[in-house]
Amino acid sequence: MNAYATGETHPTLNEMLGTRWRRPPLVQRAWLRWVLVIGGIAYLIAAFLSVEVNWTRVYEGLDRGGAFIMAFTQPNFVSRADAIWDGMLESIVMTVASSVVGILVSIPIALGAARNIAPLPIYLICRGIIAVSRALQEIIVAILLVAIFGFGPFAGFVTLSFATIGFLSKLLAEDIESMDRSQAEAVRATGARWSQWIDYGVKPQVIPRLIGLSIYRVDINFRESAILGLVGAGGIGATLNTAFDRYEYDTAAAILLIIIGIVMALEYISGIVRARVQ
Amino acid sequence: MLRLDALTKTYKTGDQALKAVTLDVPAGQVLALIGPSGAGKSTLIRCINRLVPPTSGTVTLADVDITGLGAGALRRERRRMGMIFQEYALVERLTVMENVLSGRLGYVGFWRALTRRFPQKDVDEAFRLLDRVGLLHMADKRADQLSGGQRQRVGICRALIQDPALLLVDEPTASLDPKTSRQIMRLICELCAERGLAAIINIHDVALAQMFVARVIGLRFGEIVYDGAPDGLTPETLNEIYGEEDWEATIEKVDEDGTAEAAE
Amino acid sequence: MPVIESSEGPVWRLRNRNETLTRWFVWLLGIAIFLWCWQQISDATTWFFVWDAPNIAGDILGRATPPRWSYMDNLWWPIWDTLNIATLGTIGALILAVPIAFLAARNTTPSTLFIRPIALLIIVATRSINSLIWALLLIAIIGPGVFAGIIAIAIRSIGFCAKLLYEAIEEIDQSQVEAVTATGASRWQVMVYGIVPQIMPAFAGIAVFRWDINIRESTVLGLVGAGGIGLQLQASLNTLAWPQVSLILLVILAAVVISEWVSAKVRGAII
Repeated sequence: MNAYATGETHPTLNEMLGTRWRRPPLVQRAWLRWVLVIGGIAYLIAAFLSVEVNWTRVYEGLDRGGAFIMAFTQPNFVSRADAIWDGMLESIVMTVASSVVGILVSIPIALGAARNIAPLPIYLICRGIIAVSRALQEIIVAILLVAIFGFGPFAGFVTLSFATIGFLSKLLAEDIESMDRSQAEAVRATGARWSQWIDYGVKPQVIPRLIGLSIYRVDINFRESAILGLVGAGGIGATLNTAFDRYEYDTAAAILLIIIGIVMALEYISGIVRARVQ
Repeated sequence: MLRLDALTKTYKTGDQALKAVTLDVPAGQVLALIGPSGAGKSTLIRCINRLVPPTSGTVTLADVDITGLGAGALRRERRRMGMIFQEYALVERLTVMENVLSGRLGYVGFWRALTRRFPQKDVDEAFRLLDRVGLLHMADKRADQLSGGQRQRVGICRALIQDPALLLVDEPTASLDPKTSRQIMRLICELCAERGLAAIINIHDVALAQMFVARVIGLRFGEIVYDGAPDGLTPETLNEIYGEEDWEATIEKVDEDGTAEAAE
Repeated sequence: MPVIESSEGPVWRLRNRNETLTRWFVWLLGIAIFLWCWQQISDATTWFFVWDAPNIAGDILGRATPPRWSYMDNLWWPIWDTLNIATLGTIGALILAVPIAFLAARNTTPSTLFIRPIALLIIVATRSINSLIWALLLIAIIGPGVFAGIIAIAIRSIGFCAKLLYEAIEEIDQSQVEAVTATGASRWQVMVYGIVPQIMPAFAGIAVFRWDINIRESTVLGLVGAGGIGLQLQASLNTLAWPQVSLILLVILAAVVISEWVSAKVRGAII
C-alpha cells in the first residue's frame, strides 16, 4: 500500500471507512480518566455545598458595592489627607529601607547558596535560610515580629527585608549556578584570587539579572507594605483598614488609586531599566 | 478560471510589493512562480485568498470577484482555494486527523468543530486522503511527532479536503531535503492532475520548477517579467528575473536531473 | 574607556572624569535617601523593645512549645475551607482571565485603541492590590465568610493569570493561525483550532502555578475575617493561646510545602 507501513499491523483503508473517528483522549487509561473526572466533579459539588453564602446579606451588599465602585469616580484625597500622606510615606520608607538591606544581605547568601562557588556546609546553611524565608508568608512573619518588636514600621521593615532575602537569593543563586563556566574559568586561569574571580568572572554575568530582579522586588515590597499595616507593622494598610471599617469608601478608593498608580509607575520604570541593562 | 487584474499591494511602510499584476490561470493548469526573495511571490499568493488584503485591482475566481466580498462570502470562497505552506503550518498540538479535518472548517458549524463531530462523509474523505499520501497509520499521532515530509503531506491533505478548485502553494519544499522535495512536488502535481486542479506554486528552486510544471511566471520587484514554458528559461531571462549570474551550470544541472528523474 | 595623558605617560581608566563624578553623585544621593529612610523608621521605633526582643522571642517560644496537638480536631474544617477558597477562587479567576487575556493580546484584541487599554487596566488594577485588601473590601460589602475569601482570591488572581496568558497568546506561531484562516474558518473556529491548542500548555501551567500561590494566600485571609484557617490563627492570637498558634503555623507550613509539591508534580506532567 505504501512505503511507510512498518511491521505493525494497522487497519487498512477499507476497514476504516465508515468508522467513526474520535479524538484520542488526553488520559489514555480509561479507569484513570473516569476516576479523575468523577473525583473532580465530586470535589466541586462538595466544595460548593460547603460554602455557606448568606444571599440576603450579599443582596444587601450590592448597594454598598455599587457605592464603592461609584467612589472610584470621585475619590476623596482631602478629608484624611494627613493620614494618607503619613501612611504612604511610611510605606515608601519601609520599601526603600527593606529593599536596600534585603538586596545587600541577599548577595552574600546567594553566593553561598550557589553549589558551584560555595563549599557544602555554607551551601546548606544558605539554602536553609532561603527555604525558611520562602515558606513563611510576609503577613505571618509580620505578626510574629510585631509580637516581638512591638507595633511600628520596624517590624514591617524586618519582615520585608527577610522576604527579599528569600526571593532574591534563590533566583540569584540559580542564575550563578547556570552561568557560563568558560568565562569564569578564563578569569581564574589568569591567576586571580577568589575575590578577584568573583569580581571579574562572576559579577559581570549576574549583575544585569540582579538589577532586574531587584527592581521587580522593590515593586513587590511596595505592594506588600500596603498590607503590613493590617497587623500593625506600619504603612498605609492601617489607614486603609480604618477607612473600610468606617465605610469611608471615597477615602479607600483614593488610597487604592494611589497604590495602583505607584505600582504602575514602578512597573514602567522597571521596564525601562531592564531594557537598558540587558 | 482565476484572473488577476492590475493587482497592486502597497504595504504601510510604503513598499510596493505588487505593481499591477495581471494574470490568467485556466482551469487545471499548474504554474510555478519564481523570482528572488522579496519579489512579491508570497504577497501575490496571499492576496488571492485575501490573507493579505490587496490595495487595488481585482481577483476573480470563476466569475466571483474576491476583492469585494464581505466576511461570510469571503469564507465561502476561501473554501475553494486550498493553501499549502512553507513551514507546513500544521497546528502542532493537534492530531494528524484534526489537522486534516480542519480543512472542512469552512463547511461545518462552530459546535461541530468544537466537539470534533465532523460528518461521516468528511471523516471518510480524510481517511482516503491520508491513505493516498501514505499516512493513514499516523492518523492519531500528534502533528509535532511527524517528520518534515510527513507534515507537508498532512498539509496537502488539509488543502485537498476543502474540495478546492485552486491550490495556492507557498514554497512547499523550502524546509525539505532534495529527495523529499521532489517527492512532495511530484505528489502535488499528480494530485492536481487526478483532480483537475489549477495550482500556483511559489518556488525558489528553478530546476525543480522546470521539472514538474507546464508554465513558469517570473516575478521581479512585483512585476511579471517572464511568462512562458519552462524550457524557454534561458540565461538571459534568468538574468532578467534574478539579476546577473552565471546560469549555465544551473541549466545544465537541470537537464541532467531531468534525465535522471525520467530514468527513475 | 578613555586613555588619559598624564606626566607619567598614558593612563587607562574605565570611565572618564564626568562619568566618575556622576556615578559618585548618584551613589551619594542613594545613600542619603537610605539614611533618611532609616532615620524615619528609627524615630518610629521604641528601641527598648528591640533590644529586649531576644528575651521576648525566647519567652514566646517557651510558651508556644509544645504545640497543642489536641486542637487539631478544630482545624480540619478550616483546612477544608482554605482548600476550597484557593481552588474555587482559582477556577473563578481563570474563567474571567481567559476573555480578558484575549482582549488584551495584541493579535486577538478586537480594538487596540479602546478595548486593549481597558483590559490592561483591569489586569494592572487587580494585580496591584493584595488579596487581603480585596478581602477587606468584600467583607465590607458582602459580609465575612468563605464566600468573600473566594471572591477576593478570584479577583486578585485575574490580573496575574490574564497577564501571563496574554503574553502566551502574543507569542503563538502566527502561521498556524493563518493556515486555519485560509481554509475558510470563521473567527471563532480559528480561535478553537489555531490559537487554543497553542496556548493550552501555558494555560495549564499558569492554573497550577496560581493555585499554589492561592493556597498560601488563602491561609491568611482569615486574619481579616474571610474564612479559612486564618480565622483560627486570629482567634488564637487574640487570646494569646501560643500553643495553638504554633500548631496552626505548622499546619500552614505543611500546606505550603504540599501545595508546592503538587504544583511541581503537575507542571512536570504537563510539560
